[in-house]
Amino acid sequence: MSETTIAPDTRADAAADPLPAVEDFVALLKPRVMSLVVFTGLVGLVVAPGAIHPVIAAVALLCIAVGAGASGAINMWYDRDIDAGMRRTRERPIPAGRMEAGVALGFGTTLAVGSVAVMGLAVNLAAAALLALTIGFYVFVYTIWLKRRTPQNIVIGGAAGAFPPMIGWTAVTGDVTLMPVILFAIIFLWTPPHFWALALYKADEYAAVNVPMLPVVAGRRETRRQILLYSWILVPLTVLPWGLGYAGAIYGGAALGLGALFLAGAFRVWRDDTDRAAKALFAYSILYLFLLFLTLMVDALVPGARGAA
Amino acid sequence: MRPERTRPAEEAGERRARRQRGRNLAMLAVLGGLAALFYVITIVKMSGGG
Repeated sequence: MSETTIAPDTRADAAADPLPAVEDFVALLKPRVMSLVVFTGLVGLVVAPGAIHPVIAAVALLCIAVGAGASGAINMWYDRDIDAGMRRTRERPIPAGRMEAGVALGFGTTLAVGSVAVMGLAVNLAAAALLALTIGFYVFVYTIWLKRRTPQNIVIGGAAGAFPPMIGWTAVTGDVTLMPVILFAIIFLWTPPHFWALALYKADEYAAVNVPMLPVVAGRRETRRQILLYSWILVPLTVLPWGLGYAGAIYGGAALGLGALFLAGAFRVWRDDTDRAAKALFAYSILYLFLLFLTLMVDALVPGARGAA
Repeated sequence: MRPERTRPAEEAGERRARRQRGRNLAMLAVLGGLAALFYVITIVKMSGGG
């Protein structure tokens, strides 16, 4: 046998000797999801009235990031069976055999407890309580309870992803007022059209692992209708911070322009039952949320841009 | 020349050692980072900044 023909099967090798590498632990944290969570948390910190020491602000963001990562790790522990059946997820550390399930659970639980404890000790108890609520909601309500039982999994579970700007805000102010609730509502209502656009062209994979996503249970036509419906509620809501004086014209203009494009994408999905339209909306939805929150942050940082906040 | 059959086992051992070394270094970085983090938090809190 020549040296070049020796190609060890990494999966079999890992299964026989699962010593996970550092990259596997990083993968458990779902870094791409974490980056959006950290960003929206940062926006909450920046737009909140009042001052916070930069070090404490950085600690708050770190705790939000680690808490989100912990949720991801525990989610991967619980969902290892369905992850193994989907092309998009079967190379994750547990289904690929690179890590034992219990290691992921221990890792996630340690990070969850640690992030909440540090948030409580270094930032404030209200932010720590919200972080604990977010992690608990994602793990128990979304992952364990809803995800496999109802096509409304994404709607209610979306709340977990909507908490970070509220946590960021609370890290500064120590309480929850109308504006963080609006920020929460924006992400909460953005989540269904975002995930249902993905589910439209991944419906077969979800059906294969018995996850009752809306296109699987109610069909593509109803999903496309729901996407349009949620988009019509979402876009006017995004203008509310401007209307109520929490944000200025920079944000208001962006919310209207970006929202019009979002509605156009949702309308196209409603009219055009192709994967292409759904993929375009899914990709734009990520950019949309990023730009919306970015302009909100810029608006808060530009002197005099904000109204009667 | 060593028997070829042992080569995959040796390579697996080397890979395992590399992974273990990476994990040790990551753990060192995490522990060092946590010590530095708690030190800075304490200084900020004691100076009334937090």
